[in-house]
Amino acid sequence: MDQVIIKAFTSYPLVTAFVLVGVITWIAGIISKAMGNRIAGSAVAIVIGLILSYIGGVMTGGSKGLSDVSLFSGLALLGGSVFRDFAIVSTAFGARLEELKKAGLPGAASLVVSVIVSITIGAAVGLAFGYTDPVSLATIAGGATTFIVGPVTGAALGASSDVIALSIAAGVVKSIAIMIMTPLVAKRVGLDNPQAAAVYGGLMGSTSGVAAGLAATDPKLVPYGALTATFYTGFGCLVCPSIGYIVLAAIFG
Amino acid sequence: MVIYGLALMGGCMIVGSFIGRSLGWLLGINADVGGVGFAMLFLVVVGQRLMDKDQLSKAAQSGIAFWSAMYIPVVIAMCGTQNVVAALTGGPLAFIAGLGTVVAGFLLIKPISALGGKSEPVDSAANKQKGAAE
Repeated sequence: MDQVIIKAFTSYPLVTAFVLVGVITWIAGIISKAMGNRIAGSAVAIVIGLILSYIGGVMTGGSKGLSDVSLFSGLALLGGSVFRDFAIVSTAFGARLEELKKAGLPGAASLVVSVIVSITIGAAVGLAFGYTDPVSLATIAGGATTFIVGPVTGAALGASSDVIALSIAAGVVKSIAIMIMTPLVAKRVGLDNPQAAAVYGGLMGSTSGVAAGLAATDPKLVPYGALTATFYTGFGCLVCPSIGYIVLAAIFG
Repeated sequence: MVIYGLALMGGCMIVGSFIGRSLGWLLGINADVGGVGFAMLFLVVVGQRLMDKDQLSKAAQSGIAFWSAMYIPVVIAMCGTQNVVAALTGGPLAFIAGLGTVVAGFLLIKPISALGGKSEPVDSAANKQKGAAE
């Protein structure tokens, strides 16, 4: 009988994920209502997802949150890059071209500024914690850009594995902080129009962070923010191990 | 046909991914540089053109609209796959570096937005469009 029950839940992983996300959304709606709708249901659902992810991570010791629990493996399908990117692209349908054109210059500027700022902050924090060699500093700086740029930089420069792990952790902190903080500060930082969303996407960079942050703030802003964010990781992978490293090596080499 | 909407989106994604990968290859990095972003630009341009010529049926549009509506559920599922344990156990260096860049980012939104022209909040813009249509 046990086997029958387990099989019923695990035979269709993607379908189980639909049910789970449906239940999370329903509970989040109730919580949001109980709090007087001050925080959007989607924002509550995102936090519930992150808490479940933590529980899953502690239970299994894996790196993919709740989806490492075999019962919920379908989450990795539904929340994986295929569906995520497909859904992001679909939001572009109905976006206004003239708004995108207006956001072009500030969006591009935000990408460049953000990579410079992230590398500077990452390297400064690394320095404060006692790392002085340019390879480690560039790797930590990469992690402060996104959790993909960190290991890419570390692998390219031959950083030690604990520094690479540290850079990934910094990037994950960044992307989760974006998810949680965005709906809370959106009004105060002026994130309420397409152009600000494009700038926000370029400044934050993490595709998953931006995707969740805007979903919890205002889904209408998603296409503008996601568009610039998708250029960020590639741009960071280009700049960090090359120009970033050269500058750091010139200062600390 | 619903599938036409999905095929249109899929086509945009394949072309976008090709451009993103080619850019990465030209720059000498094994990464997709903005593939999804290019796909979105194509969908905006091609979608608008097809709509203007009235060549995108209601059913085809609903195929795209379905995925657009699935965006938040997909994001919730994605949150369920994050490595939250690594974030919480990464230590103070990871915390300060990660959080510091996010805070700096938020502070920079207003000054950099000022580079472009004035942009209206989505709500009022949408209302105005609606008003013009009525």
